[in-house]
Amino acid sequence: MTSYIGSATSRVDGRAKVTGEARYAGEFNVPGLVHGYVVESTIPKGRVVRIDTGGALEVDGVLEVLTHRNRPPMADNDLAYKDEVAPEKGSPYRPLYDDRILFTGQPVALVLADDWETARVAASMVKVEYQKEPHVTDLHAERSRAFAIDAPEKPRGDAAKAFASAAVRHAAEYFIPTEHHNPMELFASTAIWEDGRLTVYDKTQGVQNVQKYLCGVFKMKPDEVRVMSPYMGGGFGAGLRPQYQVVLAVLGARALKRPVRVMLTRTQMYALGYRPASIERLALGASSGGTLESMQHETIAVTSQFEEFARNDTGWGNLLYKSPNAKFEHRLVKLDLPTSCDMRAPGAATGVYALECAMDELAIALKTDPVQLRLQCYSDRNQGEDVPYTSKQLRECYRQGAAEFGWDKRNAEPRSMREGSELVGWGMASGVWEALQMPATVRIVLTANGHAEVATAASDIGTGTYTIMAQVAADMLGLPIDNISVKLGDSTLPQCPLEGGSWIASSVCNAIANTARAVRGDLLKLAKGMKDSPLAGAGVDEVALIDGKIVSKRDANRAVSIASAMQSGNAERITREEVNKVDEDKSHARNVHSAIFAEVKVDEELGVIRVTRVVNAVAAGRILNLKTAHSQIMGGVVWGIGMALHEETLFDHHFGRVMNANIAEYHVPVNADIHDIKVIFVEEPDEIVNPLGIKGLGEIGIVGVAAAIANAVYHATGKRVRDLPITLDKVVQFE
Amino acid sequence: MIPFQYARANDVADAIKQIAADPSAKFIAGGTNLIDLIKYDVEEPTRLIDISHLPLRSIEQTSTGGVLIGAMVPNTDLAYHPMIEERYPLLARAIMSGASQQLRNMASTGGNLLQRTRCFYFYDTATPCNKREPGSGCSAIDGVNRINAVLGTSQACIATHPSDMCVALAALDATVHVAGPAGARTIAFADFHRLPGNTPQRDTNLEPDEIITAIELPPKGFSANYSYLKIRDRLSYAFALVSVAAALELDGDTIKEARLALGGVAHKPWRSSAAEAALLGKRADATAFAQAADWLLHGAKGYGHNNFKIGLARRAIVRTLGQAARGMPQSLSDKKIR
Ligand SMILES: Cc1cc2nc3c(=O)[nH]c(=O)nc-3n(C[C@H](O)[C@H](O)[C@H](O)COP(=O)(O)OP(=O)(O)OC[C@H]3O[C@@H](n4cnc5c(N)ncnc54)[C@H](O)[C@@H]3O)c2cc1C
Ligand code: SF4
Repeated sequence: MTSYIGSATSRVDGRAKVTGEARYAGEFNVPGLVHGYVVESTIPKGRVVRIDTGGALEVDGVLEVLTHRNRPPMADNDLAYKDEVAPEKGSPYRPLYDDRILFTGQPVALVLADDWETARVAASMVKVEYQKEPHVTDLHAERSRAFAIDAPEKPRGDAAKAFASAAVRHAAEYFIPTEHHNPMELFASTAIWEDGRLTVYDKTQGVQNVQKYLCGVFKMKPDEVRVMSPYMGGGFGAGLRPQYQVVLAVLGARALKRPVRVMLTRTQMYALGYRPASIERLALGASSGGTLESMQHETIAVTSQFEEFARNDTGWGNLLYKSPNAKFEHRLVKLDLPTSCDMRAPGAATGVYALECAMDELAIALKTDPVQLRLQCYSDRNQGEDVPYTSKQLRECYRQGAAEFGWDKRNAEPRSMREGSELVGWGMASGVWEALQMPATVRIVLTANGHAEVATAASDIGTGTYTIMAQVAADMLGLPIDNISVKLGDSTLPQCPLEGGSWIASSVCNAIANTARAVRGDLLKLAKGMKDSPLAGAGVDEVALIDGKIVSKRDANRAVSIASAMQSGNAERITREEVNKVDEDKSHARNVHSAIFAEVKVDEELGVIRVTRVVNAVAAGRILNLKTAHSQIMGGVVWGIGMALHEETLFDHHFGRVMNANIAEYHVPVNADIHDIKVIFVEEPDEIVNPLGIKGLGEIGIVGVAAAIANAVYHATGKRVRDLPITLDKVVQFE
Repeated sequence: MIPFQYARANDVADAIKQIAADPSAKFIAGGTNLIDLIKYDVEEPTRLIDISHLPLRSIEQTSTGGVLIGAMVPNTDLAYHPMIEERYPLLARAIMSGASQQLRNMASTGGNLLQRTRCFYFYDTATPCNKREPGSGCSAIDGVNRINAVLGTSQACIATHPSDMCVALAALDATVHVAGPAGARTIAFADFHRLPGNTPQRDTNLEPDEIITAIELPPKGFSANYSYLKIRDRLSYAFALVSVAAALELDGDTIKEARLALGGVAHKPWRSSAAEAALLGKRADATAFAQAADWLLHGAKGYGHNNFKIGLARRAIVRTLGQAARGMPQSLSDKKIR
């Protein structure tokens, strides 16, 4: 029997996806479905003085126009609106609640009609009068108003003093603009109201989070609300918090007592969350021998006026590099925008970008090879907590990545490598992310015909959760993968946290292992009940499930088939539900690491940049599926290329509006921008992190990529661009 | 988006009759630009007259040795037509550098000329824009204007015409055939698009009740020495920051005739007779190209975010003329600029 774990198994839901059988939140049709279209605020701040819905209501096919004035009742306290990922401080946005305008694009009315087109036409006839108030949307202009938040990382030594007396110093500010997630699937919710019960199909990374949230907002009981999200066309963090369209869909359904779907347009999605723009200041001081004496990292990032969203941008240096003196600070600026939110590798994508560019600049100041500098500063401990790692094969990432890339052929001198009209640059960076586990419950129902259903409330946001769960269950239950069906994305299934933070794989797979062990125990009991059982006397951990049989680990000849064990005990099915064991042990740091090497070719006169090669060597514990894992990292690298060269939400601060709110003008990489991407998984056995040694892969792929490219652009051109994205006009001074 | 009626035109005469009868009607061809603008509430036609079925789909040689291209020929068909690939490769390359395969399949030759600016504010009805709403003001002048014009601008509007195809058509001295209630006429390409002046709402000199029936190319296609270079913020599927169409006729390395047009910098494809004249009789080298660039960019003015376009255009002109002179046009698949 082959082991599925670790193999390059194709997606079990691949066929359903390409045939359209897999349905997404906006695709569930029910008889009598009503369509909602959102009318958005055109101003960033103020109050709604008057809404004239008369014209819209006259349109044939329009059923109702909901505003804050006539909507069904909603909760009136902040707690009800605080979902699992809401920032601790602040009062969450309440959709269609009152006359206050908090950001451009905020919904001010919902037009409900028999079809979407009619709703859209009518929406353009809703006339809204505002009382405007002065607004601010520019981080740079408002940075003096930044206030410090409690940073998780404590200072060490006296960083300022150590910096002042360091032999070699580098200090600079880096900037990452606002970025939007732009998942391919539009945000949509279909709310079905039936006999006082609510069924909601929602685009979300956490069905149980949305379920609890809706219970709070609409004062409903848990068994009255069911939320489903079986498939997702990309989440990237945008679907962690319940988005406003789900509230609007439920409001519509309650008002009309009919099923309602609200689907946002691409442009409307620019009024949801976003990666906050951030100014990152790094100050590194080194001894002349090239070891760090001082490390300071300060971040100033954007949040809304009403909530304080922040992620750890500054602490990553503590994980990567030894420094006796360190200081970290995170500050926020409140702007008249929606609350910023998580986006792939929140905090790390931005913070590590700045850190790894700064390390490159320090290496240049020290005249040291950038890889060498990182090895010299390598930390075997998380210095913030002063604990060792469960495993850390980052040295091996540097070694294998550099070897694959051919780093030893690099001429350190900037502008020293060229090919015709193009300057060639090689740059590198490190990546780091967390290896987390959260409590998750998995239910297994094994039927006598040798099929098993594996279920938990997790969402597969496109990463391959269905597939890895089927692989792990198949191995643990000794069944062919085709006999496993995985059920996800339904709030009535066993408890599971949000899909985010790269913790789902480790959480659900370890839970599968525990549940499978319980199933094995039940099977063993049945087998032992058989006459002359060959497994008499065996304990549950002395047998394994292999090829449809319960087999003694000591003597493979002593085996009972699952079918006959169940038959003899008259067991139609075995149902078990177990949770993974989440270690509270703080004696080790749990992280994944990577080393990224990038080659760019830059047209010397015109500044046009091509990223011709990227090698990303990743150490992330046990790799469950080489194929989906490779796709995750490749996707991360592509996104990193976009972060480095293309992505930027452009604001007109006078109007307080996003000006490129569509994917023609908000640039992400296209095929032509992507060349050779090589992914290496470095062996990293880890028996401490969790029983299966799984660390998770969702975020690490993007971390450090933009820095490696920025460093390569410097190496190619001798021009250091610290403000992303690196566009041609920043590389070349066009007179 | 407002409701509209839809009607098909039976023939060109019917199309003209229908459009003349209803000032709030619009022709629809491929719809790749018009439908977007309707969705954004920028265009609000109450009636769409579908001209996509009109028999204007042929590409034929004219009696004088030129080529007549029907207004409904899809961009893809035009770019891949053997006669165009062989005799007017500059045009084929310009088309292929624009939009995406899917859009080029839908987009028509006539519609490409009439596509409207991509200025961010033109698309956003919550902001003032003289082109969309005459007299309301130009938000781009002091706003986000990275993609806006540096040549031929006015206080009223600094929008660009976004087409790639038109840059090549301008360089090739094409003629636009149109028909209206008063009969048929031709418009020289240089006179087709307008500068914004005080009437930025008018992009072209086509009358509202006229239809484009064809584009005519003169015999000369410069198929030996040409190049179309498009510089943009990603390597495909983005509008030009600056694009250059260059075509040369050489005698050894002496320039006998030169054509040079810029895209992404003005309200129309930008040409200058002085720039082209400056190249005549010169050796095809960087010095001559730089002089031509200076002529072509004479009077250029940036508005902040787009200042870089002037220097970028200067270098791009020199590079493109060099590619043309060497007979090594910019490759579309290998994005490396030679
Ligand atoms: C995302 C995106 C990216 C793009 N990128 C590029 C690019 O990089 N480069 C580029 O050059 N273009 C680009 N385009 C634009 C594309 O080339 C144009 O939209 C297309 O050429 C328009 O042709 P159409 O037939 O679809 O016009 P339609 O949308 O049908 O019509 C456009 C206008 O022309 C009028 N019209 C059409 N035909 C006639 C006629 N025969 N007589 C009179 N009036 C007529 C219509 O009434 C309408 O006002 C892009 C478009 C999109 C959506
Ligand atoms: S540049 Fe022209 S299109 Fe753009 S805002 Fe100004 S007037 Fe409108």
